[in-house]
Amino acid sequence: MPYMDALYSGALRMTRNPSDAEDLVQETYLRAYRGFGGFQEGTNLRAWLYKILTNTYINMYRAKKRRPDEVDFDDAEDFFLFRRLGGLEAAAAGQTPEQTVLDAMPESVVKDAIDSLPEQFRVAVLLADVEGFSYKEIAEITDVPIGTVMSRLHRGRKQLQSRLWDFAVERGLVPQPPEPSASGRATG
Amino acid sequence: MDCEYTIQQVYFYLDGELTTYRRWQITRHLNRCPPCKQGFDFELELRQVVADRCRDKVPDELKRRIADALGVSLDDPDPRP
Repeated sequence: MPYMDALYSGALRMTRNPSDAEDLVQETYLRAYRGFGGFQEGTNLRAWLYKILTNTYINMYRAKKRRPDEVDFDDAEDFFLFRRLGGLEAAAAGQTPEQTVLDAMPESVVKDAIDSLPEQFRVAVLLADVEGFSYKEIAEITDVPIGTVMSRLHRGRKQLQSRLWDFAVERGLVPQPPEPSASGRATG
Repeated sequence: MDCEYTIQQVYFYLDGELTTYRRWQITRHLNRCPPCKQGFDFELELRQVVADRCRDKVPDELKRRIADALGVSLDDPDPRP
């Protein structure tokens, strides 16, 4: 069965829960096989399967209450993560510090950062940055205008960077930045 | 073509969603401006890291369950109904 690993990975990011992801993938394949007559040769099978996955996810899970951990953060500045990491001391010779941190970025940090994004941003970032779909394909998959795709992606990517930074600090991957309000306080 | 404009275009550029002319303008700026180039390279690498860390293998048990539900064999790499 084609693209099952990709659809399962996508389902995990959408539902954030392995058991829901399994149900979602199974339902997607059942719907795909039932609806295969609606698939037109020459169109993108992967995009078609993703559209079914996304619709099924919306139908099955959107009714559920928005989770309390889904916070719509303010947008970070351009190059947020690059600017933060670039200010660090180089830990290894021959590599820039921001590359070193990126290479060492654990799977759990990346997944937790994506999972913390609001649903619409999470799905847009998943489709673009993990699955590599074009704006047009994402617009078709999620059934919104291209302008909406661009704005969700823009905001989702910026929020992802600030969440990655937060998690990296929290887990000691980068040094704790100084408290912004620490002026005048004695250190040590 | 200045740094501010170039940085605003980073996602469109990396997404391959610019016109040929705009893309050429940005590439030309990047070739002349190492700080912007580094920022673009970082964004590209970050994207690859995010994609790499999000590849999960579907559990065998789920594969079997779906194959059973569809009445297809797991040995067939690309069964069509």
